[in-house]
This record gives sequence, structure tokens and C-alpha cells, in this order.
Amino acid sequence: MNLTVRYFASIREAIGQGSEAVQTQALTLSDLRMELIARGGAYAEALIPGRAVRMAINQELCDGTVMLTEGCEVAFFPPVTGG
Amino acid sequence: MSLSLAIQTQDFDVSQELVTLRQGDARVGAVCCFVGTVRERNEGTAVSSMELEHYPGMTEKAIEGILEQAQERFDIYAARVIHRVGLLQPQDQIVLVAVTSAHRGMSFQACEFLMDYLKTQAPFWKKEVTPEGARWVDARVSDDQALARWGIQANNAG
Repeated sequence: MNLTVRYFASIREAIGQGSEAVQTQALTLSDLRMELIARGGAYAEALIPGRAVRMAINQELCDGTVMLTEGCEVAFFPPVTGG
Repeated sequence: MSLSLAIQTQDFDVSQELVTLRQGDARVGAVCCFVGTVRERNEGTAVSSMELEHYPGMTEKAIEGILEQAQERFDIYAARVIHRVGLLQPQDQIVLVAVTSAHRGMSFQACEFLMDYLKTQAPFWKKEVTPEGARWVDARVSDDQALARWGIQANNAG
């Protein structure tokens, strides 16, 4: 399926872009994260398991078990620090 | 019931915001507000400026959800959240949370609840400029603990 992946803050800086179109076989958010890590380089470094990465689908915080849907907007970002 | 929010680069006038929030509502007997500002030091290091990034769209959704939760939990009449983004200097205002109610207890509680929630659930990120260079601010476990007092698990910093 095709979806949009967005990156923010330190993860955006590490990967070097804020958004990209991704074609994926992944079913869940965790699967997609592993697919991106498999690209190696900055992706692996920024998203590697054990690093504090928060995830959202269609602008709602989700855990890795949530299923992806065609055309959805996925986001990866570090813990939030507003306020 | 008036719930409103603004994400903006420009500064805000607290007095004006409070006037607007309670205008025309004679039930109001208490107005409580919190203003967060940029400190000149963080974790022992001088901060010369701060850049605030957010996730447009999700930020609004998250804060709307937080405001609705506050409305369900507390007997309040109106609430407003303003959060600035972009480049800020020490002493600048960052965030305003303001609440009205009949008596002070509900406003105080709702105000603190809104801030505790916003700290761990709204997608903002701070980057500080220090003498050693720019650095992303780390999330604090104490902020997750603050939200836990309201019976909500944050899972942000941890």
C-alpha cells in the first residue's frame, strides 16, 4: 500500500527530510518501522528499537500493533517536550 | 461552554485573553491561568534562544481532545490554550492555559490538568541554543508522573 511518512524534531534532522511517500508491504506500524530500519544508515540509527520513538497514525498516538491503512499518514517523532 | 485553542508564532496578551474568556458570563466566580515562559538556563546550561517545532494538524487534534477531557472531568465554563511555536528568547511567553468556573477549586484543578496533559501528549518539541551548540530538550519522567496523578498513563518520556 501507499502511505505518507512524516518525521519530526531530532528524527527529522537525522533522516534529513520531514516527509516522504512510502510504498510498503508492512501490515502494522511496527512492521513499517522495521522496514525503514532495514534501509540502514540514518533510518536505522534514528528508529532503532530501544530508542524512544513515538508513533502516530492519522495524527493520533498509536502503539506498534495498530494496522496501517491505504493512504494513511504515519509519523515518527521523539518524546514530546512542549508546554 | 467555550473551548478554544491557538497555535501561533506571535505573543499573546494575558489580560486581554482573560477578559475575553469570561466576557458576558456572569456565572463565573473564578479565573485561573498558567503562563509558561522561556528560562535563561536549563539543566545548568545557559539558553540564548529556543526553537519550538510542532506537528500541524495533530497538535490541534491533541489539544482539542485535552480540552474535551477537562470539560468532562471538571465543572468549568470556559477554557483556552495558546501555544507559541517558532523562535523564542529567554523571558518570552510560551504557553497560556486559562480556565473559568464558579469557584476556584475547579479552575485550579482544570488548569493543572490541562498543563500536565499538554506536556506529555501534544506534539511540540523544544530545541535550545546553548554555548555548546543547539540541542533538543529531553522529555522528563516527572512530567509523565504529573499526568499519572490524574489516573492517566502518559508513556512519553519512559
